[in-house]
Amino acid sequence: MVVPITENNEIVKLEKAQKIYQMGMQQVHALAGVTVSFKKGSFWAIMGPSGSGKSTMMNILGCLDRLTSGRYFLEGKDVSSLDDDSLSELRLKHLGFVFQSFNLIPQLSVQRNIELPLYYLGWDAIRSAKRAEKLAEEVGLGGRLHHRPTELSGGEMQRVAIARALANDPQVIFADEPTGNLDSVTGEQILDLLVKLNKQGKTIIMVTHEPDIATYAHNQLHMIDGVIDRIERNRNEAD
Amino acid sequence: MRQTKIFRNIWLGIENVLLHKLRSFLTMLGVVFGVGSVVAMLSVGEGASKEALEQIRKLGSNNIIVSAIKSAEEEATTTQHSHMSIYGLTYEDQLRIAESFSNIKKTAPAKLMRKGSRLRERAMELRVVGTTPEWFELVPREVIAGRVLLPADQDKQAPVAVLTEFGARKILAIESTIGQTIRIGGDEFEIVGIIKSESGQAGNIQIPDQQIDVYIPMEVARKYFGDITFIRTSGSRTLEKVELHQIIVQVDDTKNVESTAGAIEEMLKRFHKKKDYVVSVPLALLKQAEATKRTFNIVLGSIAGISLLVGGIGIMNIMLASVTERTREIGIRRAIGAKRRQIVIQFLIETVVLSTTGGIIGLGVGTLIPFLITYFSGMMTVLTLAGVLLPLLISMTIGIVFGLYPAMHAAKVDPIVALRHE
Repeated sequence: MVVPITENNEIVKLEKAQKIYQMGMQQVHALAGVTVSFKKGSFWAIMGPSGSGKSTMMNILGCLDRLTSGRYFLEGKDVSSLDDDSLSELRLKHLGFVFQSFNLIPQLSVQRNIELPLYYLGWDAIRSAKRAEKLAEEVGLGGRLHHRPTELSGGEMQRVAIARALANDPQVIFADEPTGNLDSVTGEQILDLLVKLNKQGKTIIMVTHEPDIATYAHNQLHMIDGVIDRIERNRNEAD
Repeated sequence: MRQTKIFRNIWLGIENVLLHKLRSFLTMLGVVFGVGSVVAMLSVGEGASKEALEQIRKLGSNNIIVSAIKSAEEEATTTQHSHMSIYGLTYEDQLRIAESFSNIKKTAPAKLMRKGSRLRERAMELRVVGTTPEWFELVPREVIAGRVLLPADQDKQAPVAVLTEFGARKILAIESTIGQTIRIGGDEFEIVGIIKSESGQAGNIQIPDQQIDVYIPMEVARKYFGDITFIRTSGSRTLEKVELHQIIVQVDDTKNVESTAGAIEEMLKRFHKKKDYVVSVPLALLKQAEATKRTFNIVLGSIAGISLLVGGIGIMNIMLASVTERTREIGIRRAIGAKRRQIVIQFLIETVVLSTTGGIIGLGVGTLIPFLITYFSGMMTVLTLAGVLLPLLISMTIGIVFGLYPAMHAAKVDPIVALRHE
C-alpha cells in the first residue's frame, strides 16, 4: 500500500510519470519520467518552450489524460488507473479549469455558463442560480449574468471562466495560459484574481511561457523535452 | 432531482433546436411528411371502416338484399318496339326463400310502381312501393309522425299510405297531413304516417328506401295496380311485368349472412331462366372497406416509411454536423466533468426534441390531409386517439434510433483535442 501523501500536505504528486505518444513510426516522450509534488495551497507556474511537455503535464494533472506509466496521486489518492467515468467525477468534484481561449459555451448566458458544473453535480436551479450570482459578484461580474459571452470583453469572459472554475469549490485550479488572449492590463487583473484565490487557500497550477506572468506564482517549474529542467522559488511565501 | 434534470435537458434541447430555426425546420421535414402520411393513413383507414359500418347500418347488418334487374338481352329487345317484358322476382320467389332456409328470420317484399298522385292541389308522380309490415323491421327508420304499416292493414287490405321524407317533400305533406286522403293512381288512400328515409349509395348496393316516396300494403298494391306497368319512352311504348322488385331477407346471425346469400343465389338460379336478379350482401361492404383500407395503407404506408427513413437519416446527418460544429462545447462539458453518458443523453434528447417537434408538425399536416381527401373524394376520414399517439410515438422512436449514432459520436470526442478545436 502506498503511504498517504497528504501527511506532508502534498495535493498533487507525480512519480516517474511517463506519457508516450505514438507519432507514426516514432515514439514521442511528452513526459519522460517526471517526479514532482505540489503542496496544498501553493501557486505553481509550469514553464517551458512549446513541445517541452508542459501541456501534457497539465492534461495529466487535470485528469484529462492518463499516464503511460508511473503514478499520479491527487489528494493522496492514486488516480493513475482510474477509468474515464471516475476521472470525469474527479474533475467535476475536485478540479477547476481556466483556459487561454476562455472556452465558454456561446449559446449559454453568463449565468448558465457558471452553473454548468453545478448542473452536472445535480444542483437544483434555484440553488445554482444563487451560487452563480455569488460567484459572479466575487469575480467582479455582478449585473452581467444575463449577457451572452459574445457580448463581453476578453477580461470579462475570463472572469466568467474563473467563476465557472470555482463553482464546484475545487481544491485545485488549473490555468492554461490564462492571460494569453488578454492585453497586459486585463491580464494583470486576472492574475490578481488568481492570487486572491490562492490566498483563499486554492492550489493553483498555471501553465505559461511568459516569465512576467510566472512571477505571480510562488514556484516555477521549468520543463524541457519532457523532463524537469529546474525549479525556482519566487518569493518567501509558504510553498 | 433526476426528473428536473431531464426537464432541463429537454429545455436545453429545445433551445438548441430554436437556435437554428430554419435548419431545424428543414431537418424535420422528412419526419413531418412521414408522420403526416401515417396520420392520414390511419384516419382514412378508420374512416373507411366507419363509413362501411354506417352503410351497413342503413342497409341492415344481417340483411341480404335480393333485387330485380332487367337482364341485358331484355334491355336490347324492348327498345325496338312495343313488347311486354317479363322479368324480376316473383311472389313465389319470396315464399320459397322464406320457407327453404331455417336461418332466415324474416323477409320483406317490395313492389315498385310510379303513380300519378294528388294531395289537395298538389299533383306529382310518386314512386309507390307495395310492401308488408316486416319491411319496417328490416329497414328500420325513425317515424316522424303517425305510424308505419301494420299487419291489420294487410289483413283488411286497408287503403293506407305511409310517406317517406322524400315523398312528403314532393307532395308537400306535413305532420298535420296525417289522416288526410291522398289519391294514388286514381284510388284514395289515407295517409297514416311519415317516416325518415336514407339516401345515397352504399358501395355498390342501393339503399333500399332511397327510391321510395310512399308505402302501401302489398295486397292493396296487387289488387289496385296489378303487375303490369306501361312505360312510355319517346316514340315507343313498352309493357313490363314485374311481380317484385326487391326482397329483403333477414338472417338470424351475422355469420350466416354470406352462406345464406350464396344458397339464395343458387336457388334463384334454378327457377330463373335469365339472370334478372342480383343478390347483394351489405356485410360485403366491410370487406370492400377493408380492401380500400389496405390499398391506402400500402400507398401511404410506403410514403410514410420512405419519408420517415429519409427524415431519420436527415436528422442523423444534421446531428453529426452539429456534433462536429459543437466539438468545443462537448470538450468544455467533458473537461468540467460531464461523463460520456451525459453527453450521449444531451444529444439524444436534442434529436428526440427535433424529431418529436417534426412529429407534432406532421400531426398538423396529417390532420389536414384527411380533410382534403374528404373534400375531394368524399371519402370519410376519422381521427382517433391512437391515430394521434402512434405517429408521435413513431417520431420519438425515430429520434432515438437516428440520434443514437451521432450522440455516441459526440461522446467519443476527446476533451483535450476538442478544447483545441477551433
